[in-house]
Amino acid sequence: MEYSEKVMEHFMHPRNVGEIKDADGVGEVGNPICGDLMTIYIRVKDDVITDIKFKTFGCGAAIATSSMVTELVKDKTIKEALSITNKDVVDELDGLPPIKMHCSLLAEEGIKAAIEDYRKRKDKKGSGNQGVEESKIRDRKLRKDWLNIFPG
Amino acid sequence: MDNTIYLDHGSTTPTDPRVVEAMLPYFNKLYGNPSSIYSLAKESKRAKEDARERVAKLLNAKAEEIVFTSGGTEADNSAIKGIAFANRAKGNHIITSKIEHHAVLNTCKWLSGQGFTVSYIGVDKYGVLDLDELKDAITDKTILITIMHANNEVGVIEPLAEIARIAKDSGVYLHTDAVQAVGKIPVDVNILGIDLLALSGHKFYGPKGVGALYIRKGTKIASLLHGGHHEGNRRAGTENIPGIVGLGKACEIAMEEREEDEKRVKALRDDLEERIPKKIDDIIVNGHPEMRLAGTLNICVKYIEGESMLLYLDHEGIAASSGSACTSASLEPSHVLTAMGIPPEVAHGSLRFTLGRSNTKEDIDKVIEVLPPIVKRLREMSPFGKD
Repeated sequence: MEYSEKVMEHFMHPRNVGEIKDADGVGEVGNPICGDLMTIYIRVKDDVITDIKFKTFGCGAAIATSSMVTELVKDKTIKEALSITNKDVVDELDGLPPIKMHCSLLAEEGIKAAIEDYRKRKDKKGSGNQGVEESKIRDRKLRKDWLNIFPG
Repeated sequence: MDNTIYLDHGSTTPTDPRVVEAMLPYFNKLYGNPSSIYSLAKESKRAKEDARERVAKLLNAKAEEIVFTSGGTEADNSAIKGIAFANRAKGNHIITSKIEHHAVLNTCKWLSGQGFTVSYIGVDKYGVLDLDELKDAITDKTILITIMHANNEVGVIEPLAEIARIAKDSGVYLHTDAVQAVGKIPVDVNILGIDLLALSGHKFYGPKGVGALYIRKGTKIASLLHGGHHEGNRRAGTENIPGIVGLGKACEIAMEEREEDEKRVKALRDDLEERIPKKIDDIIVNGHPEMRLAGTLNICVKYIEGESMLLYLDHEGIAASSGSACTSASLEPSHVLTAMGIPPEVAHGSLRFTLGRSNTKEDIDKVIEVLPPIVKRLREMSPFGKD
């Protein structure tokens, strides 16, 4: 198994690593028990993803696909972002070893989950700030659950 | 590649230059087939039997109890399938452990589809076999116990002498996969009391593609490979003479230098083991504190994944390995670490350093210099990273 130069370049120098405080949407996909977990944060303005950050627990391919997918959707409209598939991510990375294809799926799902979260929050915004608060509470709870699976 | 800091001796070792030198004439000068009648062939035969003596000497076995194979995997397959098929009339039950190498695990798994039943014995948190569970598993149908001597991932050394006593009391054959142990710790088949033992040349500075199976005299065993009358009818196929000569030489060197090597390697490993947790938080050291191969250090670095660490280490010129799913063909984390009770998400963050003859204090210093920033960087990328 060998990674393409592009995969290695993204792995060695990942783009858009980090979190967005008060993000408009957060997507969490994967499962650390299986070895990868991806969190994607998006900022949306006028239906355009103006900022995006990720945090990933996973192998070289998981980190490279996270990095690549954030580059692909940045400054794109929600509609454009939703049309991006795992194949696009793989093609942009000049391919992935077969055993690592699931990492690209995770990247696609991560973006979709973040957008879905953004839409939910937006729908609830009509009825006050409650939706955002609920999401924040949920984020904190998820984070706590994750940390609990790393026992002393 | 010359500047690689090689900390993966558990995967393979560089062939010792003295071994290479011993092998070279047998490729194109003394190339005779040992089964032939002329003088050139006799030279090959003599070299083969000399090598057999050397292997036997390292194990305190008799020369005629050694059969050359293509490596550890073939030796394990020959032992397990050979005992299973030759003793079928007596029983169909095999006992092994949950932490065996796949050469043993997958052989047992295959046999369980051929009318045999297999019990997989668990280990404690250090990776040491549960002897009570072993005793309880033995039935009147049990024909073979196969337990590794030293584990390839965490380096734990199993209590083989006690296991041998249990096997003997029940009249059951004991095979051991000693691929990681031979050449690194003293292995005496008579003191231990084992019936079969698999070893591999390239794990202790011999060539790849050659190994041996020790079969105690009087053991009832079937052959895996059928053909000519090679190896006393126990393993057909023209012998890999250069490889066999190399294995013999590697055994001879191990006989003389093993003890010194072990001391030196242990000092380096202990230094690494002591310094890593001082530089990196949330580390688990895996395996038994004392009953462990001198060169092995297996750690779990929490919140990050093993393959990522390996790739960054490789970028710094350091070769190591991991029990992470992502470094194997399966998506499961290490079966050894999970059998030791380590949760899968932590097992994904395992890192194995296996030190050997070539390593120096500078190599350890380099790991201590580059590993902490790698871990820091990956933890900053991880959703589990601390705020």
